Amino acid sequence: MLAEALTLSAVLFAIGVVGVLTRRNAIIVFMCVELMLNAVNLSFVALSRLYGATGQVFVIFVMTVAAAEAAVGLAIIIAIFRHKQTVSLENINVLRG
Amino acid sequence: MTDFLNAIHYNIWILPVLLLLPLIGATGLMADAYFGRTTDGMGSSLSRVRGLALTYFVVELVLSLGLWWSVDTSSSTWQAYVSLPWIPLWGARILLGVDGISMLLILLTTILMPLAVLGGWTSIKENAHSYYALLLVLTTGMLGVFMALDLLLFYVMWEVMLVPMYLIIGIWGGQRRLYASIKFFIYTMVGSLLMLVAILYMGFLHPDATTQLPNFSYDYLLHSLALTHVQQLLLFVAFFLAFAVKVPMFPFHTWLPDAHVEAPTAGSVILAAIMLKMGTFGFIRYALPFFPDAAMDPRVRSIVLTLAVIGIVYGALVALVQPDFKKLVAYSSVSHLGFVMLGIFSLNVQSVQGALMVNLSHGISTGALFLLIGMIYERRHTRLIADYGGIAKVMPVFATILTIVTFSSIAVPGTNGFVGEFLVLVGSFRTQPVYALIAATAVIFAAAYLLWAIQRIIFNPLTKPENKGLRDLNWREIGLMAPLVFFIFWMGVYPKPILEKTQAAAERLVQQVEGGATMTAANEGRRK
Amino acid sequence: MLLSSMQTIATATTGHPLADTAAKFVWLLPALPLLGFVVNGLLSLTAAANIGPADPSAVGHGHDDHSQESTHGAHGAHDDHHVVRHRHAALVSLVGPGVLAASFVLAAAIFMAMRGVEMHVPFISTLFSWMPVGDLHIDAALQLDPLSMVMVLIITGVGTLIHIFSVGYMQDDPGYPRYFAYLNLFVFFMLLLVLGANYPLMFVGWEGVGLCSYLLIGFWFSEQANADAGKKAFIVNRIGDFGFLVAMFLLFSNLGALDFMGIAGSADKLQPGGPLVTTICLFFFLGCAGKSAQLPLYIWLPDAMAGPTPVSALIHAATMVTAGVYLIARSSLLFSMAPVASLTVALVGGVTALFAATIGLKQWDIKKVLAYSTVSQLGYMFVGVGVGAYAAGVFHLMTHAFFKALLFLGSGSVIYAMHAAYHATHSHDDAQDMRNMGGLKQYLPITWVLMWIATLAIAGIPVFSGFFSKDEILSSVFARAHGSPLADAVWLGIPGSALLYFVYALGLAAALLTAIYMTRMMLYTFHGPNRTGEMERNHLKEAPWTMTGPLVVLGVLSAIGGFLNLPEFFTTLIPALPGETLAKWLEPVVGSATARLAGGEGHLPASTEQLLVGVAITIAVAGIVIAVTRLKPAALVKKSESPESVGLEKMLEHKYYVDEAYEKAIVTPTIVVSRAVLWKGIDSGIIDGLMVNGSAMFARAFGWVGSQLQSGQVGTYAWVLVIGAVALLGAFVRAMQ
Repeated sequence: MLAEALTLSAVLFAIGVVGVLTRRNAIIVFMCVELMLNAVNLSFVALSRLYGATGQVFVIFVMTVAAAEAAVGLAIIIAIFRHKQTVSLENINVLRG
Repeated sequence: MTDFLNAIHYNIWILPVLLLLPLIGATGLMADAYFGRTTDGMGSSLSRVRGLALTYFVVELVLSLGLWWSVDTSSSTWQAYVSLPWIPLWGARILLGVDGISMLLILLTTILMPLAVLGGWTSIKENAHSYYALLLVLTTGMLGVFMALDLLLFYVMWEVMLVPMYLIIGIWGGQRRLYASIKFFIYTMVGSLLMLVAILYMGFLHPDATTQLPNFSYDYLLHSLALTHVQQLLLFVAFFLAFAVKVPMFPFHTWLPDAHVEAPTAGSVILAAIMLKMGTFGFIRYALPFFPDAAMDPRVRSIVLTLAVIGIVYGALVALVQPDFKKLVAYSSVSHLGFVMLGIFSLNVQSVQGALMVNLSHGISTGALFLLIGMIYERRHTRLIADYGGIAKVMPVFATILTIVTFSSIAVPGTNGFVGEFLVLVGSFRTQPVYALIAATAVIFAAAYLLWAIQRIIFNPLTKPENKGLRDLNWREIGLMAPLVFFIFWMGVYPKPILEKTQAAAERLVQQVEGGATMTAANEGRRK
Repeated sequence: MLLSSMQTIATATTGHPLADTAAKFVWLLPALPLLGFVVNGLLSLTAAANIGPADPSAVGHGHDDHSQESTHGAHGAHDDHHVVRHRHAALVSLVGPGVLAASFVLAAAIFMAMRGVEMHVPFISTLFSWMPVGDLHIDAALQLDPLSMVMVLIITGVGTLIHIFSVGYMQDDPGYPRYFAYLNLFVFFMLLLVLGANYPLMFVGWEGVGLCSYLLIGFWFSEQANADAGKKAFIVNRIGDFGFLVAMFLLFSNLGALDFMGIAGSADKLQPGGPLVTTICLFFFLGCAGKSAQLPLYIWLPDAMAGPTPVSALIHAATMVTAGVYLIARSSLLFSMAPVASLTVALVGGVTALFAATIGLKQWDIKKVLAYSTVSQLGYMFVGVGVGAYAAGVFHLMTHAFFKALLFLGSGSVIYAMHAAYHATHSHDDAQDMRNMGGLKQYLPITWVLMWIATLAIAGIPVFSGFFSKDEILSSVFARAHGSPLADAVWLGIPGSALLYFVYALGLAAALLTAIYMTRMMLYTFHGPNRTGEMERNHLKEAPWTMTGPLVVLGVLSAIGGFLNLPEFFTTLIPALPGETLAKWLEPVVGSATARLAGGEGHLPASTEQLLVGVAITIAVAGIVIAVTRLKPAALVKKSESPESVGLEKMLEHKYYVDEAYEKAIVTPTIVVSRAVLWKGIDSGIIDGLMVNGSAMFARAFGWVGSQLQSGQVGTYAWVLVIGAVALLGAFVRAMQ
């Protein structure tokens, strides 16, 4: 049971990573980040069977942070869209040296 | 006088008060500007601010004068010693004290500061309160360097000086002020970083036996440090860089011409007259007594002496061809300070005493020269020598004073410049005849570049129409030059009182270094 | 003997026979001129501060030809309305010469006191301790001995006369108080120079007179040429001062003393004839060559004629330029121990004497003739002190002070008259060029007679002062050329004896040329037809009594000054006269040194001496005769109409192009190298450009490379992040295993 849960978590995480690395749309990249967070949440929950409830407490923490992050992140993306009329990451390079 | 000073316990409170008063003054000026802005118009506030600043400087001067009598220069212990807790966790304390050498440099500072303020009396109009506040903070930094007996405190003061000077050049300076101020700051900062490392190393090398805290006390380190030859060499190099940049020695001198030229009059005066002395003071107070073995190492000695002598001749030759009078004086400083270094590293009583004398007289003569340049700059707004000519006809008083100051800078006997240069050369000739011989040629070059310059400024035909209407010096300007002219002659004709003040300290330095070097050699022998 | 004199020195001040005489006021000698300087200096400055520019022409009204006047050096237009005399002129006229006259009276009093006592030990008056540092003790102390007494009398005596002359010559100058301030200051430093009891104090005077010379040469500073000349004088002098300094350093580091008595006491540490004492003496001589205008540093003196003429008389003829001779006489003990250095002095002196005399032959400016003549005569003095005839050198110094001051003041009187004439007619001709003069004897009869006296004296015609002094020098050279330590010494492989005969020949040749060029000057100036214009002729007249008075006194001294030191052959002719007065007077100071260099014989046989005197007289007379017969003043034309000279004459007129050579070989290269290599190359280029701004550039470049990693593409960052995380994880896993 544990093995399956961890495998699912790993697969989800890998999908998230690939999405972040390959997609250019900021919204999709953002959702992939959420996917990675949730993959980790899954492994926390799975492992809490072995190590006690601390893992589940952490999941609550991560979900709270993810919610806040989603709010701020989406707000930024909307602001960028208003400014540039696009959310493609290729066009957002104001940090270039 | 001494009785009176003892009665008021002068020696106990004087050093902290001298350090704090300018800080209080600076705060006061800023507060005055902040609260006074709404009620006062700009014009009245300018005269009020500079009047207030001058008052602080004059009070500081009057307070400091007592040091001349209260300091027992023949004593082998620190005078007016103060020990206050500062940062206990790092083992750093506020230790203040003076000997004959630092006492004279403190007096030089407190005497020149009011004159520098008067020199920029009418030319500083914008942000006057910040300007004078910065000058006051600068004073604290400079006095702190001369008084500090804790190496960490010394380093802090050493760096504290930089900030106000950086701002003074950068805000009130000339055309290329930004370049000059950044260059000045980074140059001197980089130079002193290694010194910080060295100071920390020394402090942590012999922690206190009971508390295991580092100790930065000058006396403690001087007596407890037992360094090997290699340690001494490395530490000496770290200190050398910091001081050599400040002196400035060839080839670390190129910040000086830019900083001098771009700084406002008071900035140039302070830079030349006081801040350069920090470097030579550092050698005398720190680099030599702490690392006698390194300083006496023939290789180190020959390198330093060679740089000093190159500086003397090179500075003079480059000064010869400067079109800008301020730059000329800047290069002449390189030449003069070379004499100081030659004197210090020749290491006998005459040469060290001479070096101290050149130190002081360079402060006075070059300070005076910059003040004079400031006066004609205010009238004509140019520093180029070629823009003047023949102005002795319209400004006879200015011409007279400029001639006197120039001859003091050339080191004509009877002026302060001669006593120092003569002693340096006569002393260094005993131990380093070849270097002294080359250095002595500077008497020819100095005459050449300075006489050529003043000829093109005050003599020759008065052809340029702009110069025909120049007014001569007013009473403020004459009054602020008068003390300097007095010092030029006093130190030239009767230098004995001043020489006596530094005699004991100079002898002690020579003993320390020579004795210290043999001690290290003995230690090394024992280790093997 | 030296040691015993050392032991008495400690008590010299109190127990000295001079202690209770006028000598205790010796400090007043320099103090009085200093007081004059302060008063006159303040007068010149307060006037400037209160009434604006000291020079009316500066603000552009009246007196427009001021700068033109300056060119001609003379400055005394006395006849006109628009010259505004300085408002303190009367006070200045009183103070300036007054302090000097007071000094002279005091000097005379001290002299009278000194005559009565034995002067084996100098009288030293210590004023205060000047530079006490460790084992170096330099006092501000004044030393009175026969040598300094002679110098003080010459300086204050001739100085007073020249000050009085200046009152007439300069009083209409707008800078009149400034002039007297400088002149008083000069006398102060000159007295310090000769009275100083140690080398550093002497050096104060030595540099101080150079400073005053600088200020006075450039007195009319609004003319670039004058300012240039002053600067040149000071810098060339400084080259000499460098030598003086090094000599002092050598003395102190080897003998541990710098005062004359201390050196005399420890001189036995020096090996006679050794390299050390020779080096010391040669460095001292470098100082002398600068101050006393000897080869190769003579170039400043002719240019120094840009100053007012009385200045030329006082500083550049009578006193300052003879300081080098004084220095050698003062250091006679050292020089007598260094025959090679002494031979160098004699040789340089001899060559300079001839060299300058040849240039003097073709100069047209009356003051330039006298300038080169001064260089040449100084050469004679160095020949004298070089061969160890110190008294003879000082004797010539004294007679030269009389006749050369007279010649300069006489020329000043001529220029004054010429100038006044040109001024009256608003002509801009050169008032100093002899081609513009001619036939002045009928207009300036007193000046004419007096200048002839001086000319005969300098040419060496018997019973005039110069004859005795010059003859004594030449016969000393001849005497030393055989059987003396000098003759036995070897100078760069040449036997001293041969060298001395050569110097003797140089001296004779120079004597011939001296007679020729001086006669030429007199002929062109005073004889033949008058070449000033018709209009000017009416304005030529003798100067006022303040100027002619000092001339008359100097004329008397030039004529009879030789009687102060009559040679033996002369006193055998007229036994009633006292012989060798000056030599006996100076005996306590230079006696032992003279004896050491003279060797055993001392005097020549009477027959040889008479022969030498005969040769000298013949040569002097021949020179005058050649000049009178060969030169045709009548054929001379005005300067503006004169053709360019060619060949050797042109070379002489251009002074062998020495100035040009120095300019090309030293001045220009120094400036070019300083500017192009040192400043632009090393300073701005390598240190500032490459190292300082270079390291800033390096930091910037490094930062630029780093900044290129920041693409701004979040995707790239993510890739880097993942790769990094994987790599770290891998490393971690490996490490765990």
